[in-house]
Amino acid sequence: MSNILVVAEVRAGKLKRPSLEAITAAQQLAAKTGGKVIALAIGSFLDAAGKELAATAHEVVLADTPEFAAFSGDAYARVVTEQVKAHAASAVLMAHTAMGKDLLPRVAAHLDTGLITDAVEVTYEGGKFSAQKPVFAGKAMLKVNATRQPFMATLRPNNFTAATSGGAGQSPQKISPAANDLMSVVKEILASGSDKVPLQEAKVIVAGGRGLKEPQHFKLIEDLAAAFGPSVAAVAATRAVVDAGWRPHSEQVGQTGKVVSSTLYFAIGISGAIQHLAGMRTARTIVAINKDADAPIFKVADYGIVGDAFEIVPALIAAVKAVTANH
Amino acid sequence: MEIVVCIKRVPATDTAIKIAADGKSIETQGVTFELNAYDEFALEQALRIKEQLNAGSVTVVTVGPKEAQKQLQDALARGADKAVLLLTNEWVHDSWACSHALAAHINKSKYDLLLCGRQAMDADNNQLPSRLAALLGFGCVTEVSKLSLANGVFTAERDIEGAREVIECKTPAVISCNKGLNEPRYANLKGIMAAKKKPYEESPAALPTSAMAIESLTLPPARKAGRILGTGAAAVPALIAALRNEVKVL
Repeated sequence: MSNILVVAEVRAGKLKRPSLEAITAAQQLAAKTGGKVIALAIGSFLDAAGKELAATAHEVVLADTPEFAAFSGDAYARVVTEQVKAHAASAVLMAHTAMGKDLLPRVAAHLDTGLITDAVEVTYEGGKFSAQKPVFAGKAMLKVNATRQPFMATLRPNNFTAATSGGAGQSPQKISPAANDLMSVVKEILASGSDKVPLQEAKVIVAGGRGLKEPQHFKLIEDLAAAFGPSVAAVAATRAVVDAGWRPHSEQVGQTGKVVSSTLYFAIGISGAIQHLAGMRTARTIVAINKDADAPIFKVADYGIVGDAFEIVPALIAAVKAVTANH
Repeated sequence: MEIVVCIKRVPATDTAIKIAADGKSIETQGVTFELNAYDEFALEQALRIKEQLNAGSVTVVTVGPKEAQKQLQDALARGADKAVLLLTNEWVHDSWACSHALAAHINKSKYDLLLCGRQAMDADNNQLPSRLAALLGFGCVTEVSKLSLANGVFTAERDIEGAREVIECKTPAVISCNKGLNEPRYANLKGIMAAKKKPYEESPAALPTSAMAIESLTLPPARKAGRILGTGAAAVPALIAALRNEVKVL
């Protein structure tokens, strides 16, 4: 009754890193409840992901059939719901990704229970599950106690370390549930750019604002991101810049965009409107470059340089390249 | 097509949040409330679909306090046909409870499409749309930023991590709307006058006790005071040194 079920996300045969972060959270809960960590992956060609999961979870269940190759919220939700019941799980965790946000609320509805989304902390004390999550775009933290069973949560990426051990090494159990009566199904996945690292998974984020004056000056932002090497840094933008049509909404960080918690965040030519700060204030280290020494961004930045971005950023690109070249 | 749009009244995005004396809610005095930004896209899409089909109706529903009639009137003025206020004075922060209150009302009529914003910018739950789809037995696509309708089937696009999904969804459907879907219209004087004659209902929300009981609402820990390293490109070496030696991120 005290098992913790983790729904792992596999895309194109690859286990997504935030799923291993969810396993870490599950391991912490299982240590308190005395139950097992059960990892469930749904899709097609899951063998490699199954091995990775077996290294970190006590039991692994793979719903591996061609019908599940493309994500379908209703079909996946039925499988997860059945497995939660089959394993009598007392808690269900998944990463707060596009898939997690779509899938777990459906499962929660099927199980008629509560769900805390975008959680940064989950705990089990004295027989009850609690969680903490940012609300009002991170301007406040809400702590709640679950009053219904099972407890369910999606976890903010980059907030737990990814699990690398702790599994029982058991071979995964394969199941083949039916995938019929689909209401919605993914027809196509359009890649947006070659090897770009997704904003919420990036270790380093380089963000630009209106201080860059013109859309073509975002080249500087892209170059600084590229200086960190392949698949390390992502480019982000403020709402003003997105609304002006300089950058796509998928790059927007802030209250009507994404909330990120990267290891390093560069705010370049960004004054620091309250809506933008809401989206990036949980980054571990914030660096601000702005010509206005009184800009609000310097109040949240760990390090600041006052001055002209067009002079500072090229020097910074060269310096970062020099460091990364030595690795 | 009979369309229902679920909206919410939330604090304006530029609000500086203060915690109320109970330690479980925000201080609302002096706070300006507005229509949740994502719901603007949902309402606009509903009006466009009705215009495209030249048939059907758009009903707006909210669970909220008496003051939410302002947002409902605004929706009517923009072109919605009917508004429903399910009254509560509680802060609706729990999607389990809210989905039951909404489903109880929505199930009284027959709808082909439910539109809502991807999340309400107070509790930031981002779970009501898929919950409602499961409760109502509807198809569902979340965080949609491009949508078309042909022969009763929706084709929707949404951003996922590092890519974009194209999804087909049958009706009845729940679509949650993201920024980029459309450019919302504003009410004009004619619409504001017309809104006064449109059907408007109020009844108590059938809101069960929350599945997530609030223990506390607190301000996040303040960030440690930072350091200005200098001016211009001359400060770059100091920054590199700090990133390497102090925070060890390079």
